[in-house]
Amino acid sequence: MIDESAKNDMTEGSSVEIGQAEPGAYNLRLYVAGQTPKSLAAISNLKAICENYLTGRYFIEVIDLSTTPQLAAGDQIIALPTLIRRLPPPLKRVIGDLSNTERVLVGLDIRPQETTSS
Amino acid sequence: MGKHTVPGIVEGHEVAAAQLSKAPTGITGLDDLTLGGLPCGRPTLLCGSAGCGKTLFALTFLVNGVVDFGETGVFVSFEERPEDLDANVASLGFQLADLVAAEKLVIDHVHIERSEIEESGEYDLEGLFVRLNYAIDRVGAKRVVLDTIEALFSGFTDSAVLRAELRRLFVWLKEKGVTAIITGERGEGQLTRYGIEEYVSDCVILLDNRVEDQVMTRRLRVVKYRGSAHGTNEYPFLIDQEGISVLPITSAGLEHCVSHEAVPTGVAGLNDMLGMKGYYRSSSVLISGLAGTGKSTFSASFVNAACERGERCLFFAFEESPDQVIRNMNSVGIQLKRHVDAGLLKFEAARPSLYGFEMHLARMNRDIERFKPDAIVVDPISAFRGPSSEIHATLVRLADICKSRGITAIFTTLSSPDDPANESQRSVSSLMDTWISLADVEANGERNRVLYLLKSRGMDHSKQLREYQLSSQGIRLIDVYVGPEGVLTGTARIAQEAREHDASIQRQQLTARRHREMVRKRELVEARIAEMRTELEMEESEFQTLVDEEDTRETMRRSERGAMGAIRGHHSDR
Repeated sequence: MIDESAKNDMTEGSSVEIGQAEPGAYNLRLYVAGQTPKSLAAISNLKAICENYLTGRYFIEVIDLSTTPQLAAGDQIIALPTLIRRLPPPLKRVIGDLSNTERVLVGLDIRPQETTSS
Repeated sequence: MGKHTVPGIVEGHEVAAAQLSKAPTGITGLDDLTLGGLPCGRPTLLCGSAGCGKTLFALTFLVNGVVDFGETGVFVSFEERPEDLDANVASLGFQLADLVAAEKLVIDHVHIERSEIEESGEYDLEGLFVRLNYAIDRVGAKRVVLDTIEALFSGFTDSAVLRAELRRLFVWLKEKGVTAIITGERGEGQLTRYGIEEYVSDCVILLDNRVEDQVMTRRLRVVKYRGSAHGTNEYPFLIDQEGISVLPITSAGLEHCVSHEAVPTGVAGLNDMLGMKGYYRSSSVLISGLAGTGKSTFSASFVNAACERGERCLFFAFEESPDQVIRNMNSVGIQLKRHVDAGLLKFEAARPSLYGFEMHLARMNRDIERFKPDAIVVDPISAFRGPSSEIHATLVRLADICKSRGITAIFTTLSSPDDPANESQRSVSSLMDTWISLADVEANGERNRVLYLLKSRGMDHSKQLREYQLSSQGIRLIDVYVGPEGVLTGTARIAQEAREHDASIQRQQLTARRHREMVRKRELVEARIAEMRTELEMEESEFQTLVDEEDTRETMRRSERGAMGAIRGHHSDR
């Protein structure tokens, strides 16, 4: 599940932004630590899910805690990788490499009927 | 901190202590029974049920590390928020916020809300490692507390991952070289609820609080300590406004040095009853008696005398408040207030039911250690209710603590009128070096106080019953009057005194009368002698007169004869 684009995203810096911020869009933040298989899998899985279900309505920020450890406490990060839905409220949290798409959709509260209509 | 002998310690512990470096906790007593502290650079598991003081214990370890040993710390709290922690320990004088501001301490609150988390695929706890690593490196921490890590089990469903990660965490902590305390909730049949003792194998300390007869006693036990000897018993410990103190029980040996010095009792007559003119220093004295016989007054007299000599005294009052004791003693002329003001006398008052015996003992031990008194008073030991074996054990320890520190200890106990030597007295009497028994004697419609020395080890002492009076001048022992029915007290004594006084007056009068008779007799005899002498003199003078008359007559006769012859001769010549 590790593709090259995910690796490229990681190499650019500790915080990588994918997509564009729009009003009413999904503002997602993915915490990882280093380029571990789990981190890379999570990034590519998230991108795939967003492309499939939230086309043009998402914004992803990837934070690498191995370079910015001070950011871990703010969002109460314990497990890695952790995906946080910052917008729309309320705050939602999904942990793991996001390989189970259904759990990710439940966790992010993305309704399946929206996807079928679009 | 004094060097204590802790029972249950194998010989040669100095060697073990030298091999394993230790991080002192700064908790009174704990460093003694672990022979130096927790294993340095290794994790220690601290487990116990809810409310037994795990968090406080761990926090004390950190704060002492910063304040006393110059070691910075990290506190990872899985339960309490930093501001709550701060508020909870502020009463102990810990200023956590100041330490955090000075970058000596990091408090990281790890909050896990199970309902907020959705799990999708594989994960690990690297986030916790990242946070811990960041916190440790930020202040260069040597001490870490994880309180309580088992909260993770309620936050994550995959316990296999959790266990693997915990194992990794403890290995990582060791590699990091930090001395860590991991707290855990007491579980059924095992030390912790999730069995994390499996991963932390260097040192395990168990805290316990048990309620017996509605009284809670906290106890601590070092379950294991790899690579070091340690005290193996359960030790009572205390949490109050002074923090935590553990009581290492030092009653294993009977090797304390004895003193040959006498300390006056504060009661003049009582000093004379004791062969040494006082109690031995560092001896234990029991004053037993019925209600109102002046047990407290005897102890206060002793304290007063000691303070007047400039010695320090600690007064443990279990039935009266300090002010009450001071006021009551004023009425018998013992001014204790001035000693309190001078800092020589300190009162520690508590209800006996406040804690269990062991907690009281721990408290007393701590107070003794802090105040360093020359003498203590425990008034009264009979206030402790409970199994006599426990009371006995507690008092043995207290007596030993005092003996080992050269403290003279006065214990008072209330005896019951029916059974003068009741259970609690019998059980402690063998501990006591001197036993003064105070009693009431009821006779002739009044009540009088008498005392006697039941025993006084190592010195000759009076075996007499002595009456004493409590007055505004203090305690006064009165000379004994032994009548046909025993010792006379009160008015019977006064009557006896009066009778004896009468008798002596009579005796004096008799002597005087005899003396007068003798004088008269002598005068009589002398008068007769004078009379007889006069008679004799008269006779003598009569006799002399007779002799003189005879002489005169003879002379006359001779001269008459001459004259007659002359006349005859003359006539013939013519």
